[in-house]
Order: sequence, then structure tokens, then C-alpha cells
Amino acid sequence: MAETSGDDVHSRCVGQTAVIYASDYLNKLSGERIERECQRQLDSGFRSLVINFRDTELVNSIGVSILMGVIDAAEKTGAQLFFSNVNEHTVELFQMLGLTRHVGLASNEQEALGLITGLSATGIKTPS
Amino acid sequence: MAFETQRLIHTFAALADLGQEIAEKSDFEEMVRSSFHMLLGSLAIRRGALAEYEAGEETLRFIANRGFGDEFPAQLTLKREEVERLLGSFAREAAASERRANLPLDQKELLDRQGVELSIPLIVRGDLIGLVLLGGKASGDPFTDEDRELLDSMARHIGVGIKTHRLLEALEQKAEENRQLYDGLRQIYKDTVRAFATAIDIKDKYTQGHSERVGRYSGLIAGELGWSEDQVEGIMIAGYLHDIGKLIVERDIINAPYRINAKESKELNQHPAAGYEILEPIHHPYADLPLMARHHHERLDGNGYPDGLKGDQISLGARIVTLADSFDAMTTDRPYQKRRTLDEVIIDLRMNAGKQFDPQVICALCRALLKEIQGESKERRFRKLLGKGYIDDERIVPLLVELISDLDPQSTPLAAGRM
Repeated sequence: MAETSGDDVHSRCVGQTAVIYASDYLNKLSGERIERECQRQLDSGFRSLVINFRDTELVNSIGVSILMGVIDAAEKTGAQLFFSNVNEHTVELFQMLGLTRHVGLASNEQEALGLITGLSATGIKTPS
Repeated sequence: MAFETQRLIHTFAALADLGQEIAEKSDFEEMVRSSFHMLLGSLAIRRGALAEYEAGEETLRFIANRGFGDEFPAQLTLKREEVERLLGSFAREAAASERRANLPLDQKELLDRQGVELSIPLIVRGDLIGLVLLGGKASGDPFTDEDRELLDSMARHIGVGIKTHRLLEALEQKAEENRQLYDGLRQIYKDTVRAFATAIDIKDKYTQGHSERVGRYSGLIAGELGWSEDQVEGIMIAGYLHDIGKLIVERDIINAPYRINAKESKELNQHPAAGYEILEPIHHPYADLPLMARHHHERLDGNGYPDGLKGDQISLGARIVTLADSFDAMTTDRPYQKRRTLDEVIIDLRMNAGKQFDPQVICALCRALLKEIQGESKERRFRKLLGKGYIDDERIVPLLVELISDLDPQSTPLAAGRM
């Protein structure tokens, strides 16, 4: 399990999956570094990404736009994308805006990793 | 929370954030990036591009692009007549669908291939500022009228941001042009003044360069006293022009190779007042310049001329020019007298402190000289003015340190002099 901190964004690699921690960057222009980190992981060959929102209380319009960029980048490379630890309010927002059509939601990181590796089949919301 | 409420909160927050962003961000590139994120994020729009309209070139130049591929054009052509037609439809308050339906853009097929679903012109006060092109929403749903109203509103905000930036840029360019013009005029003024100084000194074959040197010594003293750059420049000008009144004095008197008599002396002594008369009607960029010329032969003890002023009645500027003038007179050869050694000059300054010269001005001159000798100031300005070999560092430093500590007991020995 390797931990990296490209562009000051905390991320780690679990097997074939890169886990990126959204932290509180997402709602400012500095959130673009999350998009860059995801792109960096995709460029280095990862084909599954988990973005962990454990430290993200709220996602605003800038955050949504940045996540749209991540979704776009993942789709272009055929990578799987999961969001984990998203709070209820933000889940509703993602559903309302249609993000959940493009990403999987998992209640926590383990669940997301489980879904990706196919080890767990419970409690997982799949893209609608 | 109901979807409708959630949607309203999200879009209102996006609008509020956008307003704040445009009002507060001073960096144009950041403002554009943030605002564009907000516009796309308000409805989770997957792709979008923002162009600025360059009316002169009839071109829409893209300044932001998210999601559209490499094939997306860097710019589009939009003819002026087409812009006028477009603006006309807005002025008529035509239906939104009519306004948006067919923007007369070239490369329309390419834009369709890229998935452009909606185009929103940025119009501010009847001018086309730019254009936003948008792909579809992440939800896959078509844009509703409500969505379009929201996007129109956000686009107007962005248009105002771009227009404000353009106005500021134009203003900054104008300010820069004015600054260059001002600098040019200021340089012409300084060159003219120095030409005058040369003209004044040419009249006196023994003291060529005197006015220039007095200007420079005055600047060194004022700088040491902590005057601002502008004030230092002003007093240098006063130094260059302090003897301008000599233009009305007979050349024979100025160049007399002997001590002049009382009558000749009376005529020569008119030059400060004459200088004032010459300088007073001119609107100088620096205050009190004519008075500095008038008072450069006044003395603190009241025995000077032309007005016999005492102490604080003489401005600090005039006291600086007075010392600079005498310092140069003592350190250069005169027709009737060889220049003194620097030790003798320092002794003379000590003897006349509080009588002819202001002690704090003497201190400033000595400190500036000491700093140069001790290498604290890199420029060798005194050495250039006094000539090679005139300053004997080892002999002079103790005298300077002693004089400074006598005249200004507050100064610490370290500050006063370090060998």
C-alpha cells in the first residue's frame, strides 16, 4: 500500500486502485488539484479510482464542476470511479444533479474497494 | 430534503458565490476559471467553453474550455453585422428560444460534433462581450427554461466581470501611458535644470560644476536625514539652481582673481534675492525651491543675508543647501584660495556649528561621509565629488566620529562610527 502526496493532495494506492482524499479543497479553485491528482493516477495506469469525501462537509458548484472533470477523465480512459464517505446531504445533491448516473457511491472506502475488487456485494449503490 | 429545495439551495448558492467571485477577485484568469466552474457546476454541465469577443477582429477567442476535446476550435468568426442582428433581437426582447436558436457561428458542424447543446451570448449594456457554449447536463435531461434563465443570469455576471476587467486594463494602460509621459516631462525638467546649472557655472570659470555638486551634496544630506525620494530630488534641484541669481551679476566680479571690494561684494550678495525673483514665478513641482535659493546665505545666528533670518526662520531645506554650498566652496580651489584639507573642513564645520550651520545638517553630512568610508553605502559618491586621494580615511574617521558624537550625543558610538 503506497501513499503519495502529488500536488499536495493526499492519495494512496490499494492494489490496482488509487484512493484520493477530497479533503476541504474541493469547493475552491484549489480543488483543481484533486482533478489533476486523479488525472495523474489515470495517466500512471490506474483504472479504478475512489474519491474519499470523509473530510468534505459540503460540495458547492465549483466542487461539482471539478468532479464533472474527474468523471469525464475516468470515462475517457474507461476507469471505474467510486465516491465514498459522502454525507447524506451531498448524496442527495449528486443524485439531483445526475452525478450518480456516472459514479458508484459507497458508504465507506472499504466498501468501495470491495466493490471494485468484487469481494463485497452489500450496501453498495451502483450508478443508476 | 426534497429535490426541488435542494436544487434551489444549490443554484442560489452558485449565484451568490459567482457574484462574490466577480466582485472580489482581482486576478482575471482566476476569476474566469472560478466563475466558469460555478456556471458548469450549478447544473452539473459536463462540458463548456467561454469565449471573449474581439470586435476589431470579429473573433470569439476561447479563454476557458472544460471537457471539449482537442478538436475544439481556439476561436470562431462572428461578423459585426451578425453581432448587430443578434443584439437587435435582444433589444427587441425576442423570445429566448429565438435569441439562442441560431447564433451565426462558423464551424457549426464541428461544434455539433463536440456536443454543444446551448449557446449563451454575454451581453453587457448593449455590447457583445463574449459567448458561452455548453454541452449537456450530467443527468442527461434537456435544459429547461428555468435552467436557461439561471444560466443567462450567471452569464450576465461573467460578462460584467470580463467587461470590468477590460475597462480596468484600458485604465491601467492609460495610467501607464500617463506615467511614462510624466516621467518624460520630469526628465526634461531635470535636464533643463541641469542645463541651467551648467549655464550658471560657465559664468564662473573657477567654480565649474559647483551648482551640480551642491545639488548632489544636498541630496546626500537630505537622504541621510530620511527625506523621501521625491523630497531628495527636490532639494537636488534647489542645489542645482541655488546660484541662478548670479546670472545678473557682472562676470568680472564673479571671476575676480582677488578678494572683491565692498561695492563688488554688495553686488555679488544680491544674487540670492535675484535668484528668488527668477525662480518665484515658475511653477516648480517641488515646494519652497525659490526660498531655498533666497536663503542659502542666511546663517543660524542671524548674520547672513539677504533677510538676516535666524534659527528656525530658515527652512531646513535652505540650511541643507547652505551647508552643501559652503562644503563645496571649502573643498574646491578658488581664485584666491586653494582648497582646504578635509581635516580643516571638519574643524571649520565644528567651529561654525550652531552659528553658520545647523548642527543636525552637519551631522547628516558627516554620517553620510562616514557610511561611505566604512562601506555601508556602496556608491562612492563623495569620492567622485571630492576627487581621488582627497579623503584620508584613517585621519578622517576619528574626526567624523567625534564631531557626530559632540553634535548629536543621542547617536550611539556604533551608529556614529565603525571602523
